[in-house]
Amino acid sequence: MPDSIIVDTATKIFQDLCEADTVNKAEKGEWPSALWDALEESFLPLTWVPDDLGGAGAEIADGFAVLRVAGRFAAPVPIAETLLAGWLLAQARIESPRGPMTIAPVHEDGNITIGGDNKLSGRARNVPFARNAAHIAVVATQRGEHVVALVEAKGLAISPGVGLSGEPRDVVTFDGATAKAVGVAPGLDPARLTLIAAAARAQQMAGALERILDQSVQFSLDRVQFGRPIAKFQAVQQNLANLAGEVAAAGAAADGAAEAIAAHGVASDITAAEVAIAKLRVGDAAGNGAAIAHQVHGAMGFTYEHTLHHSTRRLWGWREEFGNETLWAERLGRMVAARGADALWPFVTQGS
Amino acid sequence: MANTFQFDPVELPPECKELRKEVRAFLKQEIDAGTFSPGGGRNENAALFARKVGAKGWIGMTWPKQYGGQGRSQLERYVVTEEMLAHRAPTRHYSTADRQSGPVLLRYGQEEVKKNILPRICSGELCFCIGLSEPNSGSDVFAASTRATKTDGGWLVNGRKIWTSNAHNADYMIGLLRTSNPTPENRRHGLTQFLIAMKSPGITIRPIINLTGLHDFNEVVFDDVFVPDLHMIGEVDMAWKQASAELAYERSGPDRWLETFQSLVELVRVVGPEPSERQAEGIGREVAHLATLRRMSLSVAGMLQAGHSPAAEASVVKDLGTNFEQALPNKVRLMAPVRGDSAPDSNDDRFEQALNYTTLIAPKLTIQGGTREILRGIIARGLGLR
Repeated sequence: MPDSIIVDTATKIFQDLCEADTVNKAEKGEWPSALWDALEESFLPLTWVPDDLGGAGAEIADGFAVLRVAGRFAAPVPIAETLLAGWLLAQARIESPRGPMTIAPVHEDGNITIGGDNKLSGRARNVPFARNAAHIAVVATQRGEHVVALVEAKGLAISPGVGLSGEPRDVVTFDGATAKAVGVAPGLDPARLTLIAAAARAQQMAGALERILDQSVQFSLDRVQFGRPIAKFQAVQQNLANLAGEVAAAGAAADGAAEAIAAHGVASDITAAEVAIAKLRVGDAAGNGAAIAHQVHGAMGFTYEHTLHHSTRRLWGWREEFGNETLWAERLGRMVAARGADALWPFVTQGS
Repeated sequence: MANTFQFDPVELPPECKELRKEVRAFLKQEIDAGTFSPGGGRNENAALFARKVGAKGWIGMTWPKQYGGQGRSQLERYVVTEEMLAHRAPTRHYSTADRQSGPVLLRYGQEEVKKNILPRICSGELCFCIGLSEPNSGSDVFAASTRATKTDGGWLVNGRKIWTSNAHNADYMIGLLRTSNPTPENRRHGLTQFLIAMKSPGITIRPIINLTGLHDFNEVVFDDVFVPDLHMIGEVDMAWKQASAELAYERSGPDRWLETFQSLVELVRVVGPEPSERQAEGIGREVAHLATLRRMSLSVAGMLQAGHSPAAEASVVKDLGTNFEQALPNKVRLMAPVRGDSAPDSNDDRFEQALNYTTLIAPKLTIQGGTREILRGIIARGLGLR
């Protein structure tokens, strides 16, 4: 179970400093420095970095719990990305610098290389928050071997883009840049980085789903039509009950992936299965859940002024990142088929 | 996050892992011995199987030892139950008593009855049925009109229960009977639970064959059936207060998402180790939903173990779970390879059998034990909407 002090700290910071206006301004390009500074002062972005590498030295479960809260508040900062970068650097025993970070590549077929002189070459697409990051933690190949490199963002060619989430998703060209540090991380490759990153997105999505359930319930109690709150209509109640089920399932599935990574790391068949289950189930819930939330909110939820889209657009954007439902479903299906019919039940119950 | 239901993760303790191995070994032995077939057989002896499970100490296993139980945890019970279901073991002789009737007696029954009845449930001897639905009282369970009238030393019961599963095999029914009229303030008032011996004079059981061609349903007619005072369960007229705890047990278990699992197992068999893209994706999706439901169901078992009564959470699991298991056979059907005359193993009809069986039972899954619509109403209440 995550540390409740860490979760409470995160909740308080987001409550105080991540308001609707903060999210809207961030989307127009204004960096939410008060929010980020408060997070950094409490060491939350370095939850996954051990003490001796400059971090908070907290548990894997704590970091995932922080991401659930961040997702609830549609936090427009690279908290997930900095957590992942810190984790990645720690795998190679590289000390984490302060400041916002991000990771590259975000696709399994990413192909960044490093020469003997620590000079990088290659390009990464859809890098989250690259323009806001002080450093990028990179998984690259050096002499055919996977390594982790710490690269300063200043001086890199960054071409800005925006994802469906409204968050920065930039193209970064690494050609000619020199890594500040390079370390070997045995067994780590873009695919395994994708595993933990998918689990991180699943947590953020579970948080965003919790938010849209809250908003939808409240809206249905406040909005009066035909002389009574629309919450009193059975058709609306059935929709909201359905949404509550999807939200609960998403939370449970996301926890499964987080637990597996905490217990088994990323080089484990159990983790591979649990992440597939989580990203797929949460992705399904995102699609179903966002549709219901919008239906309940009617035209008001379709305006820019309303904050529902802070969460629903992130759900639509995030479900596509680090493998969408189809990718993970096919992969999970192949794991099941390879084991055979009589191993299906043992597969479902593995680890328990 | 006031409106989010909490499904805290549950980690199964080491004794559960040992127990799971033991249950799997037992089931393998029984399958090998021909007691039952995981593909579903018609000639299995459910009463004999109940005795064997009882001898293992796996019926009423969470109940105190003084009543024949083992004092084991809800999580251990959960493991036994899901293994039985996943292997399609014939648990119907004891499952109702183990899941529902026993816990009700344990909580509200009179001491003498508990001492007499509970150990015989644990041994696998006694079979129970539940008398809730009536011809004019289905989802509206508190509209029951089958009446118990006070008489010397007990009650006289008159009326009809319907859709009563397994009544023809049951030794006892726990019935919800009208002892007073509802009050203007509380329409749920006036019902009392009773333990009714099914061999009592005045009971007539009529079979109702369901669409699968099997005899499970019954109509049970009561004509001046005497029930002793000792068999009254809980407070007179106050059954509505007792019902919600019972429903948490009934609504969250593995039987609410595993009933059609066999169709998925057999699909994986006919598809083989190298599925097409479409098949792999389809199988993966169903497995992800199944695994998530299992986590949620296990979480509810953890809540029960902690002494909570998670009625809304249990309804969430049953709603999601029964919708999943109901939709599964059709998804399986559409993923299956076309098997023409050239199929190498075309004499193996396990897939067709599993698909046909699960297709036929699918409609009942979102009706029995609380319809989808009733469950969503309960969830909506949990959300503060009503």
